[in-house]
Amino acid sequence: MIEARGLSKRFQDKKRGEIRAVDNVSFTCQPGKIYGLLGANGAGKTTTLRMLATILEPTDGTAIVCGYDVVEQPEKVRANVGFLSTATALYRRLTAQEFVEYFGRLNGLDEASLKKRVDDIFSRLDMNEFRDRRCDKLSTGMMQKTSIARTLVHDPPVMIFDEPTNGLDIMTARTITAFIRECRNNGKTVIFSTHIMSEVEKLCDTIGIIQSGKLLVEGTLGQLRDKYAEHELEEIFVKVVTPHYVAEEAH
Amino acid sequence: MSMRNIGIVYRKELTEAVRDRRTVISTILVPLLLFPVLSVGFGALAIALVGKAKDEVPKVMLRGGEDSPAVVEGLKKLDKIEIVPESSGWKDQIINKEIRAAVEIPAGFQSDVAQEKSDTIKIFKYEGEMKSEFATEKVEKYMKDYRDKVVKERLAAKNLPDTVLKPFEVKQENVAPPEKVSGAAFGGIIGYMVILLCMTGAMYPAMDLTAGEKERGTMETILSSPISRMHLVLGKFFLILTAALGTAALSVLSMGVSFSVLGHYTGKTAGGRDAAAGLLLRLGPKTVISVFLMALPVAVLFSAVLMTIALFAKTYKEAQSYLTPMTFVVIIPAVAAMLPGVELTPKLSLIPILNVSLLCKELVAGTYHWNFIAIIFTSTCVYAAAALFLAIKMFQRESVLFRS
Repeated sequence: MIEARGLSKRFQDKKRGEIRAVDNVSFTCQPGKIYGLLGANGAGKTTTLRMLATILEPTDGTAIVCGYDVVEQPEKVRANVGFLSTATALYRRLTAQEFVEYFGRLNGLDEASLKKRVDDIFSRLDMNEFRDRRCDKLSTGMMQKTSIARTLVHDPPVMIFDEPTNGLDIMTARTITAFIRECRNNGKTVIFSTHIMSEVEKLCDTIGIIQSGKLLVEGTLGQLRDKYAEHELEEIFVKVVTPHYVAEEAH
Repeated sequence: MSMRNIGIVYRKELTEAVRDRRTVISTILVPLLLFPVLSVGFGALAIALVGKAKDEVPKVMLRGGEDSPAVVEGLKKLDKIEIVPESSGWKDQIINKEIRAAVEIPAGFQSDVAQEKSDTIKIFKYEGEMKSEFATEKVEKYMKDYRDKVVKERLAAKNLPDTVLKPFEVKQENVAPPEKVSGAAFGGIIGYMVILLCMTGAMYPAMDLTAGEKERGTMETILSSPISRMHLVLGKFFLILTAALGTAALSVLSMGVSFSVLGHYTGKTAGGRDAAAGLLLRLGPKTVISVFLMALPVAVLFSAVLMTIALFAKTYKEAQSYLTPMTFVVIIPAVAAMLPGVELTPKLSLIPILNVSLLCKELVAGTYHWNFIAIIFTSTCVYAAAALFLAIKMFQRESVLFRS
């Protein structure tokens, strides 16, 4: 369960002054559901998700993740979250197994349960063939699997995906989307951000559209279709975002 | 504070470090190979140069002296210089190193001496040029000996004892034990080496573990794990510290071995190096331990400062351009301590790096000023703690971690 309450993030920029990267955003993600955060580049998706994963600290507001406050108990939150983005690279000089084990240990697993857990994950994700290969020698698909294994090693109830398929080829992207679905089926709370409409249509139970740091609309795909009298998500997105987008360009 | 978490980070960083060619080269191979290569190289070069200098007999041009055959004969008999007859353009010949010096004997020199009239012998040389100085010295010594001989003859003729001209003797005598003499001369070098190598050893991992992590995109990965940022920064810090101390220890070891081997092969001629090698070999465990104890807070200081600065950089290259100037900040006080006449004072003992460098000089010479040791150790620990505190603070700042 994720509950964002008035989440805000402001940066100081030397040229442009104060930037409201995320501006008073509130939403709720339920266990066993996928929440999709849809927005253009620079809309505030990454900053929002980084705040949920406690990589960044909110300027205002907070979020409750699995009952823990992201501001007050960030380490507890991180222990309950699996975070995956295209920016979360692997340690190239470690082998796939060492890499996953490292994160298992950081999550407090003892050696016995770590071994069991790693064996289990490597078999399930079909990774045994390259478990002793260094990460810099892995293919993109193998790297993605290794990243997935990292997010799973502590079996977190909440999964946060920040543009997880960005820049990946179709086959690798499908591995990721299949994994996201599996997380939901296992009852995890899932939030993911993307600017790819088809992914949202296929995966999400709830959609939030974000632009200029503000959460503009929220609802199921059906609710959004009814509200904007459009079938295609892309048309809905354009209708929602255009007024704000133009305003920003003018600004 | 969880030692377990710090240990997990440390072990992982260690695994990565030993698998990284650049780290292995800079912290293990360079210090191990630098001194053997340098000393063998310099040794071979020195032997070659000295040999060549010995082979060449410097030419000295004789000007005048036709009526002073005894002096000319004496000059011609001198070893290791060759007297050549006068030719035109002698000044240019000296400048062009065709001849090394010229000696001018005034007309009627020998008869003037016999008549107790004072003349001047002029020697023309190329100042600072080694072979010219060598030839000049030879000629000058011969002329001075000749003068002394004349003086003695005159005194004898007048039945006066030698003491007329030398009413008393002045003599210098060293009372410092030999290890203190060589300590004063070479102790500074050891402090300097240890300090500088602590710095170079820390430099590469400091960049790799901070800016390198940002550049390779693993910063976000590690920050999303439950480890606290303090444990993370401490784990990294301890690895950098290990590299700093390891490099310094390996270098001193390699320096000692290669100097002593070199000293063995070149024999007694390489006086300076021999003394240094002998000194290193004679360093007791007490000195080695005390030098390293003093180096410890310095290594902590360097590791924390370098890590903090490198953390600001987004890429490894950027970090390099920030850290390279730091080398000079360290070298200058370390070198200052080697200058003759710079000695520990209460004020100097508060200046970081310089104080430890000065103290190392004393420690190597076997002098233990306990009050200075206490001040310097404490002050360096305070600086080191402040630097480490700053590093931890910086690691918690988003503007530093996610600088764009």
